[in-house]
Amino acid sequence: MSPTTHPFAHLNEAQLAELAREFDAIHDRVRADLGERDRRYIKGVIRLHRQIAVAGRVLLLGSRSKVAWTAGTGCLAVAKILENMEIGHNVLHGQWDWMNDPAIHSSTWDWDTASTAAAWKHSHNYIHHTYTNIRGKDKDLGYEIMRIDPHQRWHPAYLAQPLYNLLLMAFFEWGVAVHDLDIEAIRAGKKPLKDVWHDIKGISGKARDQILKDYVGWPLVSALAATAVGRLRQPEPRSRRRVLADRARGRGVRGAIRAQLAAVRKEGGGTFAATFRADFTANIIRNVWAHSIIFCGHFPDQTYTFSQDEVRDETRGGWYVRQLVGAANITGSPLFHLLSGNLGYQVEHHLFPDMPSSRYAEIAPQVRDICRRYGLPYNTGPLSRQLGTVHRTILRLAFPGGKPRPKPGPYRGDEVEHRAA
Amino acid sequence: MAETGMRPPASPLRRRALRALRWLFTPLRPDDYLELINPLWSTRELRGRVERVEPERGGAATVLIRPGYDWVGHRPGQYVRLGVVIDGVHHWRAYSLTSSPDRADGLISVTPKKVDGGVVSPYLVEQARPGELVRLGEVEGSFTLPDRLGRGLLFVTAGSGITPVMSMLRHLADGPGLHDVVHIHSARDEDGVIFGDELAALEKQHEGFRLQLRITGRDGRFTPAELDTRCPDWRERESYACGPGELLDALQAHWTEHGTAVRLHHERFQPIVGGDGAEGAGGTVHFTHRNVDADCPPGTPILVAGEDAGVAMPFGCRVGVCHTCVLPIREGRIRDLRTNVVSEMHNEIVRTCVHGAEGRVTVDL
Ligand code: FES
Repeated sequence: MSPTTHPFAHLNEAQLAELAREFDAIHDRVRADLGERDRRYIKGVIRLHRQIAVAGRVLLLGSRSKVAWTAGTGCLAVAKILENMEIGHNVLHGQWDWMNDPAIHSSTWDWDTASTAAAWKHSHNYIHHTYTNIRGKDKDLGYEIMRIDPHQRWHPAYLAQPLYNLLLMAFFEWGVAVHDLDIEAIRAGKKPLKDVWHDIKGISGKARDQILKDYVGWPLVSALAATAVGRLRQPEPRSRRRVLADRARGRGVRGAIRAQLAAVRKEGGGTFAATFRADFTANIIRNVWAHSIIFCGHFPDQTYTFSQDEVRDETRGGWYVRQLVGAANITGSPLFHLLSGNLGYQVEHHLFPDMPSSRYAEIAPQVRDICRRYGLPYNTGPLSRQLGTVHRTILRLAFPGGKPRPKPGPYRGDEVEHRAA
Repeated sequence: MAETGMRPPASPLRRRALRALRWLFTPLRPDDYLELINPLWSTRELRGRVERVEPERGGAATVLIRPGYDWVGHRPGQYVRLGVVIDGVHHWRAYSLTSSPDRADGLISVTPKKVDGGVVSPYLVEQARPGELVRLGEVEGSFTLPDRLGRGLLFVTAGSGITPVMSMLRHLADGPGLHDVVHIHSARDEDGVIFGDELAALEKQHEGFRLQLRITGRDGRFTPAELDTRCPDWRERESYACGPGELLDALQAHWTEHGTAVRLHHERFQPIVGGDGAEGAGGTVHFTHRNVDADCPPGTPILVAGEDAGVAMPFGCRVGVCHTCVLPIREGRIRDLRTNVVSEMHNEIVRTCVHGAEGRVTVDL
């Protein structure tokens, strides 16, 4: 396999140092400017999430109706997406710690997904964001189950990867939850059993809470509500004839109780199942969405990966460039960026993981300008194209061989980008 | 983690109900949704709403706050930790409560004096607006009236040292009565007497309240030696002093030498942290994970040194009360800026807001 020539081979030490200074300056400018406007933004998003979640739960009380079910499921899915992406991911990155607000702080936050905050902060904030795209170090490269880079050695198990990618997509939160366990280290006997046990306890506790809430608690609440409404509307579930017959046979009371229970089972049971299905569907929608956005962050064609040798004596400038060329953006509307937790600005996020996400859009032109001046690529494209190349890679690399895809080369300004697109 | 307000003493019933419902809302809590309706309903943290801000003399202002329903009340002379959001950032400061606990309208108040170069007091005096939410921390302090008012009282205050005593005076005037109270209060100039009008009115209305105003810009500073002429029976009285450190030091020495030290209660506003004429040589702080070296001159808390070097440091009260700012010190020598005691650290947890560096200190952050 021929080694890829790196897009910043043309930069010397001094240029890299200057580039690092420029990136630092962007960071410091935003940091100094953070204030009330930013606080209002995140508080607003959090309020919005809670309102949509409440609306969803209320609608699902009537989940036996098709319309209410669809609307409720939609609300719930959107709420979960907002909560995981724009709120959870970014709060756990410490993007809002500067507010010194105990209620919105990386040390206290937990999110509505299967993985624990602590495990995720380790596997994502630390491992992935430090060793971004370094083969053998960044576990997000293929998540230990997929061959996502042609440098990874092929194994027959990868033949099934298109299939388990689909499964991972649907149950992404569970994949993320076990990710920090570090199966590889456990298999190699490198992880102390005590730590494994500690992790498993964390995962199962979180899993239990999530399952109890979505698949027992809320379906039960809906069922109770439906039953109560049913009893109000129709206190006597038997026909007049039936009542008389029961009474004649001397089973007035018993008959009444039996009839009530049957009615409850019918109304409540149906509603329980409907809300259960709604929660399940909302979780799947959220999972598929998160999977898509996150896979577009590093696996589209244009991104580069690195061998451990290449980064041995990395400077600060080198670190910035690795983040820059190892990530890929997605273009889209402000609403799209809100729902994707601003990870459409994956490049900006990787350069400044602890900068409030709401600022990425505003620094993106400055980052592009640096790319243009230093002859570096700036990877971006619409969701369909990015996602398309990701899944093409997953399909292709299931089979032996494969070469790194051709790279687009240095960024030459928006015009060129638009004409190409 | 950042500093939080006080946990309201919600009724066990309400708490149990919320706890029973918690699993439906995990990882959030029912509180998170109740707050959408009214932020004062939180059972996690006590909050208050600013009702009015009234300017006072001497660059001070009284902030009247409607506390959440679970407000526990205070004893006159105590202080409260107040959390305010200024330009998006939460800040915490402790202020004496100036309101009488028995106010009919249930409001509480603090009366900060604007400190030049400060962050919170200028904000409260000049920018705080009605309707704004504040967080209320623990009510603390043992600078309180005796349970039984057996003997006469003597108050010695200076500047904004009047604030805790104001709460006492208001409480006495409304309730048990201002009998046999002598109050010596110093201010730089006549116009700068915080609560000047109210003090004058109290003196007029209450036989037993004797106010002695001392204008230091004109008459010079008050010294404890004057007590024998200004309040000859000072030894017999339960005495309360609040004001600048030098005044308190002088009074304490005087009571120890000529009177009964336990009769003198005093309140220092803030522990003295660093400042001019600090001892020690200072040093540098190395933040391991951030890979930053911060210069830490004598008298500078590690917290401030870190912030100046651009490190996002956890902090709360900044005066050694809340333990929000604790960080593990890998190794190095640190100086307690309040007591000047120097100690050697190895993987120990330290409040960075009241400790400075002596030489090179490595902090795990
Ligand atoms: S900030 Fe409160 S103890 Fe240090």
